Amino acid sequence: MFNWFGAKQKSKEVAKDRLRVVLMQDRLSVAPAVMEEMKDDVILAISKYVEIDEAGIEFSWKDVDRKRALVASIPVLSVKRGRMVSDRASPRPY
Amino acid sequence: MSQSLVITSGKGGVGKTTTVANLGVALASMGHKVVMVDADIGLRNLDVVMGLENRIVYDLVDVVEGYCRLRQALIKDKRVDGLYLLPAAQTRDKDAVNPEQMKELVGSLKEEHDFVLVDCPAGIEQGFRNAVAGADRAVIVTTPEVSAVRDADRITGLLEASGFQKPELIINRLKPRMVAKGDMMDIPDIIDILAIDLLGVVPDDDYIVVSTNRGEPAVLVDSSRAGQAFRNIARRIKGEQVPFMDFSDKETLWERLKRLVGFGQGG
Repeated sequence: MFNWFGAKQKSKEVAKDRLRVVLMQDRLSVAPAVMEEMKDDVILAISKYVEIDEAGIEFSWKDVDRKRALVASIPVLSVKRGRMVSDRASPRPY
Repeated sequence: MSQSLVITSGKGGVGKTTTVANLGVALASMGHKVVMVDADIGLRNLDVVMGLENRIVYDLVDVVEGYCRLRQALIKDKRVDGLYLLPAAQTRDKDAVNPEQMKELVGSLKEEHDFVLVDCPAGIEQGFRNAVAGADRAVIVTTPEVSAVRDADRITGLLEASGFQKPELIINRLKPRMVAKGDMMDIPDIIDILAIDLLGVVPDDDYIVVSTNRGEPAVLVDSSRAGQAFRNIARRIKGEQVPFMDFSDKETLWERLKRLVGFGQGG
């Protein structure tokens, strides 16, 4: 949200953001430390195949009714050598 | 057909008891037979909010334990026809009653009344389980604060786990001016976060303090905005379609100008 004079974020927006995180943890019973661990594991798994920009990773939760979806945005820098699609391509046509 | 509703919240101090008192008066003044049950054993307050504290002879635990008949324990409100209070015991604790007994009690109250309103204690322990035991519908009261909304979500989960498919939400103590300034969560924000149906919104109203001081629910006073909101909620409970109150007129011209010009955007 754009704010003139670099004003601080409205407190209701802060409240909503904080609630979203807290409720996500309450509903899933996932402690913050466990969340971080999960994030690290996901990074580790994906890093095996592609080079990723760790600083640009975003983990968020999306609400659909009373269910939650884990949405991860992981910027890919490059595909790792030896993991190219062609390396695992289907058998050549001969 | 009669129905029982439990008014709950998780967090204390959000206005459960005030809600029960006002909805009780509103429904009774619409011609229904209503009984309000204080399920907050050990910390009863519905009696003082209703101004009926001096008329208690027997209480809920006396009924359950068979020391008196159900009808003997009911206090008739002399201001509104058809309104009764079943007070909680003050010198006992929540374990004095179990959910089975509450279910039976609410069941017998439904035989003689159109609406049974159960005032649930704060918390999620035995008192909560007792209060929800006999209810057909669950109403969750929250305020536009992080702590209250969080607890409302927890309660929603527990109610759904207990078989209440559609708990309904009352947002209490909304301050339209703070909402306009972006300093209080708005109705859509809360609904979006909790993802449950909205039953009504009650604006913050100083008169509630006065009415509690006096033991006269705000619904009895025409000029109270909170009272008006509770009357609307009572009609929605009956199944009527009632438009939600418009709070926007609470914003002053200056505040509106500032908002339109872009200072202090609320998003």
